Order: sequence, then C-alpha cells, then structure tokens
Amino acid sequence: MTDDDRVFKALADPTRRFLLDLLFARDGRTLTELESELDMTRFGVMKHLRVLEEAGLVVPRKSGREKLHFLNPVPIRLIHDRWIDKYTERHVSALVTLKADLEKEP
Amino acid sequence: MTSQQSPETTQVYRIYIKATPEQVWAAITEPEWTDRYGYGGLTDYDLRPGATFRTRPSESMKASGAEQGYEIPEVIIDGEVLEADPPRRLVLTWRMLMDPETTAEGFTRLSYDIAPAGGATRLTVVHELAGAPKLASMVSGAVEDEGAGGGWSWILSDLKSLLETGKTLAQ
Repeated sequence: MTDDDRVFKALADPTRRFLLDLLFARDGRTLTELESELDMTRFGVMKHLRVLEEAGLVVPRKSGREKLHFLNPVPIRLIHDRWIDKYTERHVSALVTLKADLEKEP
Repeated sequence: MTSQQSPETTQVYRIYIKATPEQVWAAITEPEWTDRYGYGGLTDYDLRPGATFRTRPSESMKASGAEQGYEIPEVIIDGEVLEADPPRRLVLTWRMLMDPETTAEGFTRLSYDIAPAGGATRLTVVHELAGAPKLASMVSGAVEDEGAGGGWSWILSDLKSLLETGKTLAQ
C-alpha cells in the first residue's frame, strides 16, 4: 500500500473523519477525551486511531503520563497538491477560456 | 517565551521524505537550502545552544514586497538555538517579524525531529504557540487565501518536493 492509499483508506470511514474533525476543533486530546465523544468501545476508538496513525494523519505525543493525539494535516495537503489542485485548476481554466470565448462573440 | 506546553496551542506536523536525515538537516539549517522552499529566506545558524539566529529576506522576496508596496524588514524571523543535535534534533525559539502583531506576540518554541524511517526520513515539526494566536493562524495555513502562504503543511510539502524531485511545487 502506498502512502496515498493509506490516507484514502483512513479517510473512507465516517468515524475516522469524525475523529479528525474533533482534533481539528481542539487538538492534542487523550483517548479518554475522544472516546467520550463517540458511542463506541475504547477498543474500537483505539483501532480507528491506529489506522489514522498509520496514515500519518494523527501523531501521538507523550505529555507527562498522558498520550495526546495531534492532527497532522500534511498528508491531506499532499493529496490536495497531488490530486485536487490538478483537476480543479483545469476546470477553472476551462471555464475562464469559455467565458473569454463567449464574451468575444458579438 | 513560554516553556509550558499546552495541547491546544501546540501544532504538530509530520512528513516522510525520500532523502537521508543529513539532507533534511541541511535543508533546514543551510541558507542555500532554506531560500529554496516554502516562504524562502536565508537562515544562517550558529548551531550552538544560546546562539541567536536571524532569517533575512532574499532579494526576490524584497522585490515582490516592494511591488506590493510593502517594505520587507531586514530580519524576518529571529530566535535562539536551544538544542542542536545534527542530524537529529533542532530546538529553537522563534519569532516572526514580518507582521507587527506577530512581532508583539514574541517568541514561540519550535522543534524539528529527524529520524530514519524505512529507507526514508521522518521529519516532525512541533510548534508551541501559547500566547501567539496570530502566528498560530498563520503557520496553520488558515489565512492562505489572504496570500499569507499555507503555513507548515505547505512548507513541508514544498520541502519534500524539493528534496525528492529537485523542484519546488511552484516550479
């Protein structure tokens, strides 16, 4: 599996997207905090966090006795640069050309 | 500067780069490299704890600032080296001088951790931004649409591109 595959796979699950949204709203949370927001067993949340960690979307850091989870936006940025920009730019430039062509007509 | 690490004001960025730890270290610490990706700028480090560092704008940065009617200061970032362990770890205090508000927010704490990872190198940037909300928003890329650049995600993505392909994203 490539890095991109791991990111797409991690993002393909609604619970994992929800976990990322939670960290986006407030970063650096413990498993207990994240678990309290979900109707799921601790084990289930841990499994999802592991997939997110393997995709590099979540980076754990020790702070004293606690393990805090941080959102790492870089893999999404790489996907964006690689996949999204490329296609949206083309659409936008096609529309710009269309507009210019249409406006040239008398 | 604050030494207290608060999770809500700490930002963590991690990227894997197909390069050696030494190459990544050079790209972070040598001015020939620092000017080639992200926001650019020439940083010259004296890599001893307690030494101060300054990032100067490149000529092209000054020129584009002047074009927009904005005078880029002679020093755009300054700080102090807290820890330097090439090619593994660099910890700095870090203040952004491009903007009066970020200047007033004072020094933040920035660390680079570099580790080999299965034929590639793992670079982790931790930016502790307590008391620096303006800078936090800038480095998070939240104000990218206003022309402030994409923050750390963009810098690291550009660094990866440069080290792996010899070209930055804009090239």
